[in-house]
Amino acid sequence: MITEVTMPSMGADMTEGTIVNWLKSEGDVLEKGDKIAEIETDKTVVEMETYAGGVLKKIIVNSGEKVDVGTLIAFIGNPDDELPEIEERKSEAAEVLEEKVENTPISTPPLSSLESLNSKQNNDSETQFDQSDNKPQHEGQSRTRVKASPMARKLARENNIDIALVSGTGPAGRVTKNDVLSYVPSSSINSLMIDSNRNIDAKNIPVTTMRQAIARVTIRSKTEIPHYYVTHEIDMTDAMLFRNQLNDVIKDQGDRISVNDLIIKSLVNALVKYPKWNSFFSDEQLLGHTDINIGIAIALEGGLIVPAILGCQNLSLIEISRSSKDIGSRARGQGGTLTQDELTQGTFGTSNLGMFGTDTFAAIIVPPQAGILAVGSIKKKPVVKNDQIVIRDIMNATISADHRVGDGAEAAILMQEIQTNIENPINLFR
Amino acid sequence: MPDILFRDAIKLGLQEALDNDPSVFIMGEDIGAYGGAYAVTDGLLDQYGPERIKDTPISEATFIGAGIGAAIAGLRPVIELMSISFSLVGFDQIVNMAANIRYMSGGQVNVPMVLRAPTGAGVQLAATHSQSFETWLCEVPGLKCVCPSTPYDALGLIRSAIKDDNPVFVAEPAMLYSKKGEIPNEYYEVPIGKANVIKSGSDVSLFSYGHGIKIISETANYLEKNGINAELVDLRSLNPIDTITISNSVRKTNRVVLVDTARKTGGVMSEVASLITENSVDWLDGPIVTVGSDNVPWPYNHDLEKKAFVDVQSVVKAFEKGYGV
Amino acid sequence: MPRTRRSKKIKNTSSGNSFHDRDALLGLFKQMYLIRQFEITCGEQYSQGNIRGFLHLYIGQEATGVGVLSQLSKDDYVITHYRDHGHALARGLDVNRSMAELFGKSTGLSKGKGGSMHLFDVSKKFMGGHAIVAGQLPVAAGLSLAQKYKNEEGITVCFFGDGATNQGVYHETLNLAAVWQLPILFVLENNGYGMGSSIERVRAGGTDFYPGVSTYGIDTAEVDGMDVLAVREATRAAIDKIRSNSSPYFIECKTFRFVGHSYADGQKYRDNDEIKSWRNKDPVETFPKYLINQNMSTDQEISDIKSKIDKQIDQAVKFAENSPNPPMSELYKDIYRD
Repeated sequence: MITEVTMPSMGADMTEGTIVNWLKSEGDVLEKGDKIAEIETDKTVVEMETYAGGVLKKIIVNSGEKVDVGTLIAFIGNPDDELPEIEERKSEAAEVLEEKVENTPISTPPLSSLESLNSKQNNDSETQFDQSDNKPQHEGQSRTRVKASPMARKLARENNIDIALVSGTGPAGRVTKNDVLSYVPSSSINSLMIDSNRNIDAKNIPVTTMRQAIARVTIRSKTEIPHYYVTHEIDMTDAMLFRNQLNDVIKDQGDRISVNDLIIKSLVNALVKYPKWNSFFSDEQLLGHTDINIGIAIALEGGLIVPAILGCQNLSLIEISRSSKDIGSRARGQGGTLTQDELTQGTFGTSNLGMFGTDTFAAIIVPPQAGILAVGSIKKKPVVKNDQIVIRDIMNATISADHRVGDGAEAAILMQEIQTNIENPINLFR
Repeated sequence: MPDILFRDAIKLGLQEALDNDPSVFIMGEDIGAYGGAYAVTDGLLDQYGPERIKDTPISEATFIGAGIGAAIAGLRPVIELMSISFSLVGFDQIVNMAANIRYMSGGQVNVPMVLRAPTGAGVQLAATHSQSFETWLCEVPGLKCVCPSTPYDALGLIRSAIKDDNPVFVAEPAMLYSKKGEIPNEYYEVPIGKANVIKSGSDVSLFSYGHGIKIISETANYLEKNGINAELVDLRSLNPIDTITISNSVRKTNRVVLVDTARKTGGVMSEVASLITENSVDWLDGPIVTVGSDNVPWPYNHDLEKKAFVDVQSVVKAFEKGYGV
Repeated sequence: MPRTRRSKKIKNTSSGNSFHDRDALLGLFKQMYLIRQFEITCGEQYSQGNIRGFLHLYIGQEATGVGVLSQLSKDDYVITHYRDHGHALARGLDVNRSMAELFGKSTGLSKGKGGSMHLFDVSKKFMGGHAIVAGQLPVAAGLSLAQKYKNEEGITVCFFGDGATNQGVYHETLNLAAVWQLPILFVLENNGYGMGSSIERVRAGGTDFYPGVSTYGIDTAEVDGMDVLAVREATRAAIDKIRSNSSPYFIECKTFRFVGHSYADGQKYRDNDEIKSWRNKDPVETFPKYLINQNMSTDQEISDIKSKIDKQIDQAVKFAENSPNPPMSELYKDIYRD
């Protein structure tokens, strides 16, 4: 029996996806649950599993192509199954071209222009050619056709760089070899060095699929979402005391609450109160969600992922803690894999760089979410409390907020709520 | 022997061959008593006698054909044409006969014959005497085709050409006959089929041959002043063409400018461009820039001729346009 | 200044002398019949698709080629035009390998890369059929130039048709050969037509060529090309002259091809009566009759010779059929000599 494999939907808002990579080739024997392709959505890259076993008979949509959800991308079947006839899928460019051919009458250049072309020599022949795309090409513009030299393309290919992300400095915005070379991050702090003989490992680092995806997502976020930032200094002294007491009580059952769990819980409670921030901006409306799914930024060796704890509004602090641990270990490849929902359904993000000693930072929103909460390390600091200088455990938290969803005051109110929750940890039992 | 004229370098090669190999003889129009239109063979008649320095009637097709007959019968004729444009009169013999006869006889015969002819514009000889038909001749399988740019290469290539068992066309840039250059005292040959990297560089490869070498050398000097380090490659041999040296240079510099002194359309560099695309497209950091002379019959008037002729400015301009530097 | 030479009119001189011993005469017939049967067989094989490309048959002109070539030594060069099968066989080229070449097989004289118009056998100093009309004349001059340069005994014989006489190189080569006094025998096979164009239509100055040639100071002779003995006689005289004087000589053989220019020729340009009248002089028919009349042979002997040659041709076809095609690698060989 032939099974059609279609571009999966990995979230209600997902309308199209890109096949980053086929993990299987035509003719490979598949078992149900095998990972067959890496699919990139607006948010992340997900390994797609097959629901049918059999032979991967034919790949319809090749790596690198973007298609709508539901589009046939492959056939799976028995070795002797005959494939149904399918309409030749046209690339977007071909369709555009076709449209053009249909709409514009084909005309030959007038004889006079040919003559002048013939008599013109290399010195001044540029006047004969179309000048329309002689403008420098800006980053992100025109994804379908990137002007790049073959050498630049080769370098980009070898280093897994999306050539569309490299801005070109050559004629008419052409991406050149040097543009690609300088795009690759490399050590650039030579000027600060005293010992000019120090060896810097300045080798070009190949860009992985994951890094490509991160690049794409963050660029999209920073170009589409008008970020603004609100930072609060949170007194964590009571929360830490609360956490220690609680952990003493629950350690026998194998649980242990982390600072991050406290932050997530206080964020969840704030979102329950201000659900506007648990929505996605779209042109017509703010798409509200009935679930609060808190994304946790996890730094893996290959790069950042932000899987979400689903349905947080119904989870106790301990349950959040358990879910958080579970997601963390699965993200690191222990005890199963992350589900597509976990990878794609987040509604609000969190990020914590406290373990690195970072005091304050602002995170990039994972689109299309409305915000992300970034927390730094907890440090003992002298603060004035009741006109007394006292030593307290202080943590900075910064919210990055989508201005289209809410204004600064609204984000500040949300932050205030978070702060109140965490500074009065009794609230975390709600 | 430090400095020698281009024409004397060729003459030296002819004299060596006449001295060392009794099967070598020279034929052509007014090469004997007159001394040759460009004085390459001046004095040879007295030195070697009329059996070996043969003045011919003005019958290019026939004395080229006679050269072929003599060659397949075991001699090694060297034939001088007064102009490469006159090769057209003998094209049937050069192409249909000299180049094909080995193949269509299944390898039974070979034609160890050298054809020499001045080539190129620049001396106000107008349309019929200024052309560069090495561009046509280098297409023909069975025929080899070379074009020296210095007295050193002229001597080295004429030595190789006369020793070659196949027909070899030596196109001699007319503008170079009275140019001087160094040759060593020791014997050497320039192998047919090997290009010459005149100057190593990192930023752009400039390719040409013959008189075009002067132009790309001056171009390189200009670019040097602007911080661009050009590599200069002299093809020297147009058939066979040295694809390896070409590819190595392209892959090193990633930028290519091809310069023909012949008319640009259908010139040697069109073939070079095609080879580069086939072999090294992934190393190109921009278009293959090709520059050549205008596609017009060569005019007599000095200023018109100069305008039609490729020059340093047009090469620089094309490079800047192609690579935006 | 070369002096104007005398033209010699040679009539049938087949009166008995030592030159005319029985074996030599029967040899002439054998060669003419071999050529005739070879050509007829080629036509058959062409119609069956075993021979492709152009096929120009020598049928009718056998006496010319056989008469001339019978007088050459092994030191002499032969070079000819594209209607070259007759000259090749008369020069003694291998029948099997000739047929195999027409079949395009690897056992062919040129490994199947030359075909009908380009038969070569350098070991027999047979320097090719050449397919550009008159293209072989300058090369012939070069061959004889080399012979003279190297002081060799041999001469060069160059065949060409009346069509070649309107090419510039025809005149240029006659001039060069005279100026340089080359040991070369020019043999004009005047069959009256350059492809479909009769001499009358394309040449000013009549249907005889030899008078014009003498203005270059070259000795000339005109001979009945259908009479093998007359051709032979004229050739012997010419070669004697060339060898003793080291000078060129020109023989015009008046001959006729009974078939079309090439295999696919409807011969719309001439009428059947003309062909018929020439057929009466068919050397393959008349010469054996002459031998029998002269009591030099018998019907039986002639018929034995014929059936032996017929078998030889059959074997040549089998040889060609059974030979392999050239390997694809042959495409890239023999372009240059290393």
